[in-house]
Amino acid sequence: MNLPMSWLSDYTDITGVTPKEYADRITMSGSKVEGVKNLGADIDKVVVGKVLSCEDHPDSDHLHVCMVDVGEEEPIQIVCGAPNVASGQKVPVALNGSTLPGGIKIKKGKLRGVMSNGMICAADEMGIDSSRLGYEPEYGILVLPEEAEIGSDLKDLFGLNENVVEFEITSNRPDCFSIIGLARETAATFGKPFNVPKPKFEEKDGDIKDMISVNISDKDKCKRYTARVVKNVKIAPSPKWMRERLEASGVRAINNIVDITNYVLLEYGQPMHAFDIRDLKGAAINVRRAAPGEVIKTLDEEDRKLTENDLVIADAERAVAIAGVMGGFNSEIKDDTTTVVFESAMFDAASVRLTAQRVGLRTESSARFEKGLDYHNTVPAINRACELVEELCCGENVKGMIDIMGNVEEPVEIEFRPEKINAFLGTDISEEEMIKIFDALEIKVEGNKLYPPSFRPDLLAEADIAEEVARFYGYDRIPTTLMSGATTTGIKTPEQKTQSEIEETLLAQGMYEIYTYTFESPSVADKLGLPEESPLRNQVRIRNPLGEDTSVMRTTMAGSMLDILSRNYNHRAKSARLFEIGRVYIPTEEGQLPDEKPTLMLGMFGGVDFYDIKGAVEEVFKKLHIDNVDYERVTDDPTYHPGRTARIIVNGRYAGIIGEVHPAVLRRYEIGARAYIGELDFRVIHNASNKRDIKYTPLTRFPAVTRDFSILIDRITPVAEIEKVMKKAAGKLLTQLELVEVYTGEQIADDKKSVMYKAQFRAPDRSLTGEEADNLHSKIVKGLLTQLGAELR
Amino acid sequence: MKDKLEQIRASVERALHDADAMDALENIRIKYMGKKGELTAVLKGMGKLSPEERPKIGALANEIRNRLEKEIDDRKTAIMTALEEKKLKDEMIDVTMPGRKNAEGKLHPLTQVKNELAEIFMGMGFSIADGPEVEYDYYNFEALNIPKNHPARDEQDTFYIADNIVLRTQTSGMQVRVMEKTKPPIRVIAPGKVYRSDTQDATHSPVFHQIEGLVVDKNITMADLKGTLEMFVKKLYGEQTRVRFRPHHFPFTEPSAEMDYSCFNCGGKGCSVCKGEGWIEILGCGMVHPKVLANCGIDPEEYTGFAFGIGLERIAMGKYSINDLRLFFENDMRFLKQF
Repeated sequence: MNLPMSWLSDYTDITGVTPKEYADRITMSGSKVEGVKNLGADIDKVVVGKVLSCEDHPDSDHLHVCMVDVGEEEPIQIVCGAPNVASGQKVPVALNGSTLPGGIKIKKGKLRGVMSNGMICAADEMGIDSSRLGYEPEYGILVLPEEAEIGSDLKDLFGLNENVVEFEITSNRPDCFSIIGLARETAATFGKPFNVPKPKFEEKDGDIKDMISVNISDKDKCKRYTARVVKNVKIAPSPKWMRERLEASGVRAINNIVDITNYVLLEYGQPMHAFDIRDLKGAAINVRRAAPGEVIKTLDEEDRKLTENDLVIADAERAVAIAGVMGGFNSEIKDDTTTVVFESAMFDAASVRLTAQRVGLRTESSARFEKGLDYHNTVPAINRACELVEELCCGENVKGMIDIMGNVEEPVEIEFRPEKINAFLGTDISEEEMIKIFDALEIKVEGNKLYPPSFRPDLLAEADIAEEVARFYGYDRIPTTLMSGATTTGIKTPEQKTQSEIEETLLAQGMYEIYTYTFESPSVADKLGLPEESPLRNQVRIRNPLGEDTSVMRTTMAGSMLDILSRNYNHRAKSARLFEIGRVYIPTEEGQLPDEKPTLMLGMFGGVDFYDIKGAVEEVFKKLHIDNVDYERVTDDPTYHPGRTARIIVNGRYAGIIGEVHPAVLRRYEIGARAYIGELDFRVIHNASNKRDIKYTPLTRFPAVTRDFSILIDRITPVAEIEKVMKKAAGKLLTQLELVEVYTGEQIADDKKSVMYKAQFRAPDRSLTGEEADNLHSKIVKGLLTQLGAELR
Repeated sequence: MKDKLEQIRASVERALHDADAMDALENIRIKYMGKKGELTAVLKGMGKLSPEERPKIGALANEIRNRLEKEIDDRKTAIMTALEEKKLKDEMIDVTMPGRKNAEGKLHPLTQVKNELAEIFMGMGFSIADGPEVEYDYYNFEALNIPKNHPARDEQDTFYIADNIVLRTQTSGMQVRVMEKTKPPIRVIAPGKVYRSDTQDATHSPVFHQIEGLVVDKNITMADLKGTLEMFVKKLYGEQTRVRFRPHHFPFTEPSAEMDYSCFNCGGKGCSVCKGEGWIEILGCGMVHPKVLANCGIDPEEYTGFAFGIGLERIAMGKYSINDLRLFFENDMRFLKQF
């Protein structure tokens, strides 16, 4: 909402308040100022001049040399190229050193050898258009009216010395979508008197009832309809003062009748419409619902298809306006219009909002209606329009007014408990001070009851009243205290602690945390190579996505991670080690929320292999004291390398997968290096974490004995198998088992590998003898030979 | 005998004078004082001397031996010191070359900021709650006093999953979820992702992060809201920071406010960071609307409370002078390594 500051003076007086001061104080009382713009800020040193003489340039076939009186002691010489310049004209003169819109600077200089001390300006060079002028300027320089005073500032002549305050009006304050509403807030903020003069005008002869009839057939959607008629209308441009106020508010001037409706809309916040009575068939106005599929061409000459939920203004035959949104092209005001019907109505907020949405039109009018207007405002607004008709001498107001009520809400009554308001705000404001605030806001006080004015639909309960008191008492005057009452402790939940520990561990592994979007393209499933029947293809779909690329909620984080690996690879990062603790969204039942599964995603490339990502996972398990972990070979997951992937089993439950990314997937993600990813179920990990069960094991004083094992075994036998056999054979005395080396290559058969272990034996209660250690060694070797077909090297 | 000893002494001193290495010294020691050394031989021959001569010659022999041993030790120490000095000199390195690191990773800047904020609030007795991002319309709107067709719904462009399910547009729904489950006193923050159907650009993202805060108890006042949030900002930006509360409108709080803090860059004088205003907006807040309390089964006559919502990206962008929101989600290593 734009407020030209000079307009405030019609209702209140804030003389001497600077725009900056105004913006600060009105913001602090709740009307947020987005900015203040001076309309003439980019025009400087442009004055009214009179062309005293105009002669042809001696050296040019189109330039003129003019002597111009600009109110200085001597006239100045200006070379001008406009065809319409002539002696005796009043013209705008940009003096030497002046500024024009667009940052253009005018300096004196010679034009074809003749000195020019400035420039005579065209309208567009000053940013002035037909809306502000009231007519289309002719080609060339702008000729000013004879009464313009020589030497005066051009900005004064065109109302450009105006400061326009731009407000952000919140949806709860429809009343502030008007100059009067803002003036009321202004007066209350600055403690100044506030007065809206009652519109006065003369009703000429005739009777509206003989000219038009009005019927409301949906009294829920139309809460009030007020109409007046103006005859002997003469369509013409509006006067300068009105055009300037409209322009300053950001509304283009069109003609006197249309301008009056727009002026009242701005001033009173009441949308108005004007029909040409010739176009109302049957001289009737019927406020009804549209027929399904009914089409109306609106003022912007677009055909709009309506539904039975849309409200229209119709004549005896057809719709002539979409109620509260836009008028119809078929009944618009034309240059030869002579009789006008003014409409000032109140339509249901939700209905206008939905219709505006449905037809894709958001207008000054619909923006106001959808916030909920005051049905008491229709009559003052239409009377103001008639007053302006009289003032502009553009028609005669016919006697009488049609005013039909629909179904309206009863005004509310709120209990006034000053002590409760103070307790709520933490203040000590006197009842008198509160009442002073209520008076300024036109909230009626009767005993211990409050009656908010009808234009304040936001005031419904005590808390709303408390806000009014707080706003005008001043938020900054409310004390700052710390909460009293029961203390609470701020601690992390067990899940949050687990998350922090995982993060710490991965950071220590040199991994960086990332943040990714949670929605993705359905084609990610194809890029990951997921089979058609994969349950991961069953995804939560967004009905109104920004695009196909962001239309489904992810069911795996692999795509998000590969995107980021790819981006870094393609930005020439030599390596990346990344992780994210995020969510995947698994659909449940129709109409129910999905399961948002917390997930740990890992990814890396560059100087790493499978054992780096596995090491990271192992460190996480170590940190969380999870020791019952198995890694099983996975050969058939299409996202992963069939020979370099493992499923992770924790306490017998599936906990996730880690592995090298399948080359086909790497190609689809345009990653030119081997990459490794892992995806783990956070809940399984968290539930397996048993830090609470840590019990100290006494440190034994007795020495350990070590024995080395070097065996030859089938290449495909996993070391996990070997270790299982060794541990079982040795029993509790085996306290440590270290895999020293796995070797394949020269001197080893192709299907074999050489494996070396160092085992440590220790008893808690005695020193082991060499003989005992040798026995354990033999048992282990026997187990390896018989159970796994290994050979000693 | 005596002459012999003097002769040995003289020749040892000559030898020592010439010796310049550890092994030469050791050879001298062995030659004269080893088991078969010349001095040892003299001492062994003491038995042949007369009882009168024996003490005199013995004393002399011991004196010579002690002197020689000391001499050799001193020379050895001197040589070792010289050797060590040379070695230390040779071992000189360029201390200005970069150190070798155990390359630790880093948390994403948004997590770092979230942690910083969470720690401040935890210190004030707030616990941390978590809730669904795919949320019922009821929690995201209805229970927050934003009925269907309320104009406030237009201000937050919503992604819909079904008629009754949305991607949450704000963390405020957590107020309702917490109040339904917990009885006052309540002090909780709820960080998380929120969604709006805004096309991505430097200042918009369809996914971003908020931290919701909620306090409900007996006798909670707007003065408490001001005091608590002022304390938060002072802990975040320093004691010298000033705050101001501007009236605003949210459907689920009344009175509502936006809080600004004095610009960290210029201290409030006005600069390019605060666009000349001296103030930077940090959060929206207000007293929990009585209707919202009632919707959650809490009696608004008995209990009051306040709530606030903080945009994480906004704070991180201010803190690190980041001018493009997209950087947070691109996760370029060159970006991630900076925080």
